[in-house]
Amino acid sequence: MSTRHRLLSMLVENHPGVLNKVSSMIRRRGMNITSLSVGETDDESVSRMTVAIDVGRAQADQAVKQLYKLIEVIKISDITEDPIIDRELVLCKVTAGRGDRSELLQIIDIFKAKIADVATDSMVIEMSGAEDQVETFLELVRPFGIKEVARSGTVAMTRGREGLRLSAKHQARTPAQQDLAAAERQRRSAGVLVGD
Amino acid sequence: MTTSTTTPTTATDSPNGSAPVIADGQVITGAEILLECLRREGVDTIFGYPGGANLWLYRYLPDFTDIRHILARHEQGATHMADGYARANRGKAGVVFATSGPGALNCITGIATAQYDSVPLVVVTGQVPTVAVGTDAFQESDVIGVTMPIVKHSYLLQSVDEIARVVREAFHIATSGRPGVVVIDFPKDLQNARHPFHWPAGPVSLRSYNPTTRGNPLQIKRAAKLIDEAKRPAMLAGRGVLISRGEEELLELSRKASIPVGWTLLGTGCYPVGEELSLHMVGFMGAGYTNKAVLGCDLLIMVGMRADDRVTTKLDSFAPQVENIIHIDIDPAEIGKNVRPTLPIVGDAKQVLGEIAKLVAPKRLDSWITQIERWKEEHPLRYRRNTGVLQPQDVLLEMYRRCDSDAIVVADVGQNQIWGALWWDFKGSGLYLNSGGSGTMGFAFPASLGARVGRPDKPVWCIAGEGGFVMTMQELATAVQENIDVKVVILNNYCLGMVRQFQDDYYEGVRSAVDLRVGPDFVKLADAFGMPGWRTDKVEEVPQLLDRMQRHSGPCIGEFIIDPEANVRPIVPLGKGLPDFVEEIVEAGF
Repeated sequence: MSTRHRLLSMLVENHPGVLNKVSSMIRRRGMNITSLSVGETDDESVSRMTVAIDVGRAQADQAVKQLYKLIEVIKISDITEDPIIDRELVLCKVTAGRGDRSELLQIIDIFKAKIADVATDSMVIEMSGAEDQVETFLELVRPFGIKEVARSGTVAMTRGREGLRLSAKHQARTPAQQDLAAAERQRRSAGVLVGD
Repeated sequence: MTTSTTTPTTATDSPNGSAPVIADGQVITGAEILLECLRREGVDTIFGYPGGANLWLYRYLPDFTDIRHILARHEQGATHMADGYARANRGKAGVVFATSGPGALNCITGIATAQYDSVPLVVVTGQVPTVAVGTDAFQESDVIGVTMPIVKHSYLLQSVDEIARVVREAFHIATSGRPGVVVIDFPKDLQNARHPFHWPAGPVSLRSYNPTTRGNPLQIKRAAKLIDEAKRPAMLAGRGVLISRGEEELLELSRKASIPVGWTLLGTGCYPVGEELSLHMVGFMGAGYTNKAVLGCDLLIMVGMRADDRVTTKLDSFAPQVENIIHIDIDPAEIGKNVRPTLPIVGDAKQVLGEIAKLVAPKRLDSWITQIERWKEEHPLRYRRNTGVLQPQDVLLEMYRRCDSDAIVVADVGQNQIWGALWWDFKGSGLYLNSGGSGTMGFAFPASLGARVGRPDKPVWCIAGEGGFVMTMQELATAVQENIDVKVVILNNYCLGMVRQFQDDYYEGVRSAVDLRVGPDFVKLADAFGMPGWRTDKVEEVPQLLDRMQRHSGPCIGEFIIDPEANVRPIVPLGKGLPDFVEEIVEAGF
């Protein structure tokens, strides 16, 4: 992923129209989405979005603050600099005459990809990996003749125990928890704190 | 002086029956559910316009006799009225009813205007029946889609059992945190569907919406320390101080720590002009001495403001020498968006200012105050008097004398707005309502009607140019029908003044499409709508005319023919920075 890209991971209410609000907010602030994926989480009332935007860090900070203002956005994290696992699924239909197949099979083997469908003169390869692996894979199969490509957009998750999930403040509502939540929000939203 | 011939007609229409009591569990229509919810939210006035898709709401509206409906003459007017109502009645949301399609679309400018200036509105638009949504039905428009970028939140009602919850949430979202506009799109079939009424008890709880209102105590302590250490502190206050009713806390902090206070256009009224530490408006068309103070201070505290380009002018020219900037705002997205502060505090202006005021040590910074006094002498606000041609300030100074630091003043957009702000002279805090963010011409007159309806205890003066006034003048009918006592001061220079000034100074002197010499005779116009109107172009007649306006009970117009060459000064030339403000009167066309 190039240095200009910022990767945002967010939890949003699973309501109609939320994707539209998120994408228009980013467009309205003059930013460009380079990859986007959305899906339900283990909690069916919550969707998770992974959005890659083509901006620098300061602009990404502004995007995060603006996105927080959308009522349906529950939590956002800029995970660009975190240790993460990111994956993208690609389906690629390539021309594969009899003579090409063995060489294609070697590439498939290297990338731990799979053959999803075979016809007499073409095959559909299913491959998943980090974005740069996907790019390399596509470069290698390109000479065989790519007929069609479908990419899912990146999904990502931080490594280790910590992660993006609904915290207590999003469920229970005791005054003490609200105060904690408010302090945390303030710390996150106000940007750089002097002396920290 | 010309006088209209008719006396004003009044047609007050306030039904006086007792409202029905709707019990929990009672089966009623969706329209009644919404109206009952509005009543329980404390709504006493709705500004609206009926049409095909909200007729069930209007069918039941007369049953709710404790809610006053003001029939505007255009939905934009209704929206500005609700906006003025909410700005004058701080903390309460303004409510608008409009029908689907064109009705809702006519609200757009009003919605954007309110949202830009953080005004709480709940706009209820009728929508075609649920089965017809998305079929390009008659008078259908995608109100949710069209309003998305200009609202705080919106709801398309999809079943009758969610109406009560949605209305509660809408008022909570509109009025809490940084206030804004919430749209509720209400399909016609749901208005007539019957359902047991159930009022959601308890406070509204939304897991994804919990605005921070209390400033972080550690940050507040750091702010107090910076203020204690500062030798040349200055404060700029914006509309956030007025929204949070933080004027007292602002004054207390300023006096205790010897901090001069200036304000943004939208912050006008938050600080008494007569105070020793009072600066004035800042920025692009601000007072020279305010800009000098911002450039010369060692600590700048910005509170309840966005620091937009009309404040900062060229961004890198804004307070480049300042060692520390504290930015207090309830919206974290505004902090660091333009000006990067050394100390951000997210929170309600009143609460944060109050807490800081408690912590700072009392002090008096004599040499800094002397410096401020010197700047006030070197860069006073002034205008050319006795030119033989009526100057706008001749009118405004007399008008403000009659406001007696108590009236609500509503200004339109353009030169009249800046003159009104620069000659603002209230001895205490006050309200100077104007469309500062969106800059919507035509705002003032309907907004002043709403302000007066919301605060009938206050005199309301409306300042407008002839260009802006004409944009929404159909609301003269509303003013007369509801007998809304607003005194309209029209500063008529027969041209689009601000545009003309910019063309003269920055667009090579070519005057293009600014000639408004053909317009209504405003005295006859007032007469046509059944209210009195007077006109003058003589400075000596101004006091007498304004006295008449003040004495008259009910709406009236005073038309003042002013110098067509009058310009706004000071001004920072386009593309220049804060230190480059120009005070001298530049002759038109170079």
